[in-house]
Amino acid sequence: MALRIEKEWRRFVQIIKGRVKRNLKSFITKGELLGKRGGEVISIPLSRLEIPRFHFDLNAQRGVGQGQGKLGAPLSRQEGEESGHGHGEAGNMSSPHALDVDVTLEEMIKMLGEELELPNIEPRGQRHVLTEINRFSSVKRTGPQGLLHFKRTYKKALQRELMSGTYRADHPSIVPIKEDFHYRSWKVVEKPTSKAAIIYMMDVSGSMGDEQKEIVRITSFWIDSWLRYQYGDLECRYIIHDASAKEVEQDTFYHTKESGGTLISSAYKMGCEITQRDYSGDDWNVYFFHFSDGDNWSGEDTKQCIELLRNRLLPSANLFCYGQVESRYGSGQFLKDLNEYLTHSANLIMVHIENKDAIYAAIKSFLGKGK
Amino acid sequence: MKSAKIAREKNEMTPLVQEIEGCARRAGLDPFHTLFQLCDYREMNEIAAFGGFPIRYSHWRFGMEFDILLKGQTYGLQRIYEIVINHDPCYAYLLECNNPVIQKTVICHVFAHSDFFKQNRFFAHTRRDMIDRMAANAAKIRRFSDHYGTEVVEEFLDLSLSLENLIDYQAVIPPRNARDIEGKRTRDLMLFLIEQAQDLEEWQRTLLEIVREEAYYFAPQVQTKIINEGWASFWHSQLMNQFVLTDREVIDYASQHSLAVAATPGQLNPYKLGIELFRDIEKRGIDLFEVRANCNDAAFIDSFLTEEFCREQKMFVYEFNRRSGGYEIVDRNWLLVKETLLNQLTNAGQPFIYVQDDNFEGRGELLLVHDHHGLDLKLSDCHATLQNLYRVWKKPVHLMTVIANQPKMLSCSGNSKSEVAI
Repeated sequence: MALRIEKEWRRFVQIIKGRVKRNLKSFITKGELLGKRGGEVISIPLSRLEIPRFHFDLNAQRGVGQGQGKLGAPLSRQEGEESGHGHGEAGNMSSPHALDVDVTLEEMIKMLGEELELPNIEPRGQRHVLTEINRFSSVKRTGPQGLLHFKRTYKKALQRELMSGTYRADHPSIVPIKEDFHYRSWKVVEKPTSKAAIIYMMDVSGSMGDEQKEIVRITSFWIDSWLRYQYGDLECRYIIHDASAKEVEQDTFYHTKESGGTLISSAYKMGCEITQRDYSGDDWNVYFFHFSDGDNWSGEDTKQCIELLRNRLLPSANLFCYGQVESRYGSGQFLKDLNEYLTHSANLIMVHIENKDAIYAAIKSFLGKGK
Repeated sequence: MKSAKIAREKNEMTPLVQEIEGCARRAGLDPFHTLFQLCDYREMNEIAAFGGFPIRYSHWRFGMEFDILLKGQTYGLQRIYEIVINHDPCYAYLLECNNPVIQKTVICHVFAHSDFFKQNRFFAHTRRDMIDRMAANAAKIRRFSDHYGTEVVEEFLDLSLSLENLIDYQAVIPPRNARDIEGKRTRDLMLFLIEQAQDLEEWQRTLLEIVREEAYYFAPQVQTKIINEGWASFWHSQLMNQFVLTDREVIDYASQHSLAVAATPGQLNPYKLGIELFRDIEKRGIDLFEVRANCNDAAFIDSFLTEEFCREQKMFVYEFNRRSGGYEIVDRNWLLVKETLLNQLTNAGQPFIYVQDDNFEGRGELLLVHDHHGLDLKLSDCHATLQNLYRVWKKPVHLMTVIANQPKMLSCSGNSKSEVAI
């Protein structure tokens, strides 16, 4: 059932996304979604629009709190946030510094998916691989505090006190001891999953600068995260190329600076080899991502690339994505050539990424097909 | 299908509601006739975003509230168990997936809120037919949007909402017209504009009236947060313990109740402060029913907060430290605690701003005065607000205030703004 509020919600989202120009002071930080990441937890700000009013400067204001702590003790952010439980009431006021929400990377990815309206991927292949996952369905005597089964523990303590006769009805104080504590625990169950591999290829010739690599890095990070979330089991391979190709580690992939000419076919050949050797079975979902500034050495080599794509890479892949980044010397010919010769391939996606702001759209085009 | 489901569950709930209402009345509460409706969490978020009402006028800020509630829910920060509105009959919305023990607790809680709305003197003159009023207001605004365009109306609504706190929070009865206001200084700037602003179109005047009416409806609620939640928590605890709880529910109840009234370190939980203060007052032999009838938050704290209570409750004053960029505990002196709390609660935490002169400098300009009681206004927002005010008054507007111990005159005439020391 559609809710009445959804209309207002859409309007709000339109305004904060800047689709509607309004003369409102906003606290939206754009690009935040793609930038901030510390360990496992990402902090995303909740977008708010503030209607200006005559009101007090909250930062200059004192407040009253409750709890332990010496004078001068800082209140942590966590504590400043809205309390976890409560009975909501009409006319609720929200606290002034409850702006950030910490989410895990996985939730972040889900949000990215929602934000970009990415479809879930339908894996290819009939055969499924079984993986083990944990289900919290049992109770154990040991465990971490966070999994404490409060009710069970309390009951055990009560039972023990009743049995041992230490329970006093007029002064019922139940103190659990070590034996009483019970914790939620998990069982391992098997669940079918699909396997996937990504093969990243990047042009590292002289014309690819740091800024171009940054674009590639950010784009790949989110592609990686999304596919990892979709598949659970993901292998990544990295190929860099100038006039010749070589397979490298992730770190090297992003940080190498080579120089010299560009033969894109060298990378495509190596991509074919890797796929044939390691990911040829039916149960593999293979993705290729290739980033370049589009400046190939010769038309002859481009022809060879198109042959490789048509006959070997495209048939074996779920998707082949080509992202052309703009370098200091402008954008090359390669994208145009691909467009000309391979327009009708359903699993070839080509995107032109002019700058960082275009990453968003690029991710959407790459992953928007649900393959 | 949907309504059938609600009806069925309502029938299942009816005996329980009747039983609890009986207990509440035996205990001395006198609530409105209260109607319960079960909602799923999305419907709850929707109603909460609309301030407790099923139909409000169309505006993005309700969408923003919804966004915040939904995200808060998704990330497990908060959950709304119940919404009660000040209305006759009183309406209560309950989350349908509440477990039976929570549902009982919440029903007790609701009856105490309903009693508070009916018996507290600050609510005596609020409209109790607000569901219909709000729906009618929504219909009016929708007609304006159809006629003048959504963007135009939305923009004027933004502007009106920017002035919505410029009403007289201490007036128990909202002034009907300027004749109700003695002398020249009024704090009901909204009313003043409705009556005095030249060149306003009729629909714009109506929008201002609607925003003002709804602001007055919510004003007592904003000023009784601690006492109302305290009262409701006090009574759900009393009723559950004395009448409602069965043995097997005790643990779930205790766990739930202690979460709801837990002190969040560093923050003030109105449930906790309210319930503890009521318990303290009860020990002193004071009639609780009198307290709930006559106090708002400010009076509640002013009359009953004691040194012992502050110490027992480990209350402190915190302040923003610009150097460390965080909040720090600065004092535990109970008088300062009390003063700080009262500062926040007085006048619903809004600045005192009066209309001083509507013919300033003999040129028909508007002069407002901020009665400064130690807290500065946020300067950047002052300018934006003055600009909105200019768009209603259509002549230069001025605000006398104090910024960093220096008396200042902030002015706005069209796109030009100024800030002059006086």
